[in-house]
Amino acid sequence: MRPFTVHTGVAAPLDLANVDTDMIIPKQFLKSIKRTGFGKNLFDELRYEDEGQPDQDCEGRPLREDFVLNQTRYQGTSVLLARNNFGCGSSREHAPWALDDYGIRAVIAPSFADIFFNNCFKNGLLPIVLDEEEVDELFKAVESTEGYELTVDLDAQIVKTPEGKEYSFLVDSFRKHCLLNGLDDIGLTLQEADSIKAYEEKRIQQAPWLFAERTL
Amino acid sequence: MAGKTLYDKLWNSHLVQQRNDGSALIYIDLQLLHEVTSPQAFEGLRLAGRKPWRTSASLATPDHNVPTTAEERKSGVNGIEDPVSKIQVTTLDENCDEFGITEFNMMDVRQGIVHVVGPEQGATLPGMTVVCGDSHTSTHGAFGALAHGIGTSEVEHVLATQCLVAKKMRNMLVRVDGQLSPWVTAKDVVLAIIGKIGTAGGTGFAIEFGGEAIQSLSMEGRMTVCNMAIEAGARVGLIAVDDTTIDYVKGRPYAPKPEQWDMAVESWKELVSDDDAEFDEVVVLQAKDIKPQVTWGTSPEMVIPVDDFIPKPEDQQDPVQREGYARAWKYMGLEGKEKLSDITLDKVFIGSCTNSRIEDLRAAADVVKGRKVANTIKEAIVVPGSGLVKAQAEDEGLDKIFTEAGLQWREPGCSMCLAMNADKLGAGEHCASTSNRNFEGRQGFGGRTHLVSPAMAAAAAIAGHFIDVNELVKH
Ligand code: SF4
Repeated sequence: MRPFTVHTGVAAPLDLANVDTDMIIPKQFLKSIKRTGFGKNLFDELRYEDEGQPDQDCEGRPLREDFVLNQTRYQGTSVLLARNNFGCGSSREHAPWALDDYGIRAVIAPSFADIFFNNCFKNGLLPIVLDEEEVDELFKAVESTEGYELTVDLDAQIVKTPEGKEYSFLVDSFRKHCLLNGLDDIGLTLQEADSIKAYEEKRIQQAPWLFAERTL
Repeated sequence: MAGKTLYDKLWNSHLVQQRNDGSALIYIDLQLLHEVTSPQAFEGLRLAGRKPWRTSASLATPDHNVPTTAEERKSGVNGIEDPVSKIQVTTLDENCDEFGITEFNMMDVRQGIVHVVGPEQGATLPGMTVVCGDSHTSTHGAFGALAHGIGTSEVEHVLATQCLVAKKMRNMLVRVDGQLSPWVTAKDVVLAIIGKIGTAGGTGFAIEFGGEAIQSLSMEGRMTVCNMAIEAGARVGLIAVDDTTIDYVKGRPYAPKPEQWDMAVESWKELVSDDDAEFDEVVVLQAKDIKPQVTWGTSPEMVIPVDDFIPKPEDQQDPVQREGYARAWKYMGLEGKEKLSDITLDKVFIGSCTNSRIEDLRAAADVVKGRKVANTIKEAIVVPGSGLVKAQAEDEGLDKIFTEAGLQWREPGCSMCLAMNADKLGAGEHCASTSNRNFEGRQGFGGRTHLVSPAMAAAAAIAGHFIDVNELVKH
């Protein structure tokens, strides 16, 4: 997993409460054998005029002009501002995969749905909970200034504005550790690589046939 | 101190690290891969820029989606008609190429159902830990190996670290004493066990199967028993190593090399539970009481001896059971039926990782030899478990016996076990099937599955309905 330390990027305001995972990535895109490539269908129904199909080239599809991420000033967004209960609905891990594939690194909202919140950490995406008033302030600031960038410092647990205003947030220390170091379950196990190697060295003496090459 | 069970020994010999929260890292000696549960795992590796820890610990073959008619198989993966199936099989080929994993692809004679292929190649060995993204991985426990099914994220974890995060299970012994009656096979034994302990009876346990009746089974039979441990709720099924195990492994392509053979055999002899080992639970069955079994409902525990009356919902004391039975009666269309022989069968399927090995095919061929499939049967198919099983069966002339009797002889794969390819039941059709799951819709939408042994399936094909195979053929 890609570590998350400090990130600065363009912020976009998605002014909608209860954004569910089917809005984030509609069900017709779940048949894929991959974890990547979902970015072009992120928010598919909000983003395009027509109904999206899997494996479709999205280049020429008619865009909904009113959708925030379609506006020129928000191109390259990597920090998403959202409203209450972001990520509710089905548990599909495709939702964080789609956000990540699109280029979103952090989502800031007053509250998140549980499973989505957990899934984010597994996929290197940082969900940040701030007070409703704080989120409101950020919405206003982002909307009034084109190219408004936010800095998220995970180690310090703060969101910083270009004016230097800081908002602090809470994060579980174990999750913080994993995210700072880019450790998913696999990453954690790989921290024990020496123990695994030591086991192998001992085992190969006792049962060398278990380590034979298996060629065609 | 009490002695150790076989499961304890296998666990201890693979323990890399015990963690404080009760979980542990255990080392995995062999991971079997197929096309359905591996693509996102490989994708995960790629995304994280990781490499497999040890490629020689993996072996892959497509099985779930592959077509089983010779026509559709002729041009390999390119001939697969269903586009989603084709993508999955192609993706497995590409991933194995990219990561350097040994694969028996669709054109390789060694291709087949992973749980048939692993043991057949000697890739599965006593004393190993074996995992696969498929719940019937318990099959490999027949070799005194610790084997269980895992999910896709765990497939990725094992690829990357060669370890699995696991918690130790409790020990259960299921002992079958005495000798089995004629035509009572491993499948009947395991169905009878599931009938006795229920589909949740083994949850949280590693089940060791023992006793005279189990010890006298061939390796094929032992695999059938362990295969269905999961249908009793246990992720792990085990059988102690003995001469039958060692004789089976000897000379297989991936078996230990001659210079390591004696050392291996020496260590495998330890793979039995100590006499004074303590099990958390012990269940005993008498072999002589077991008759040929047939499932009547929509769960493997809804099983009875072939000539018993089908249990009625209204006779059940427990309200939950009564409701479950009523639902199963309705789904299976049992209204007005008293016995299993009253059901007119539409299809017969002999195959799956439970019963598609050479011994299974021989038993079925013995029954149909010189007879004809009843004309009420719309389709009867025999699907060998691997290309090598198919070749051997053809050497022995079994294919001729089947086709002369009116059964179709197919190419290897999972086929009608889960109906991911074109082999399916239609709504309302009854099927005598040698597979392992009779859930609603498992073999096709609305399809009605009855689980039986290969000999019983063959007898049903001839009679057009269920009968005790002993009535048809002397053993
Ligand atoms: S034969 Fe059936 S149970 Fe066995 S691996 Fe294939 S689909 Fe799964």
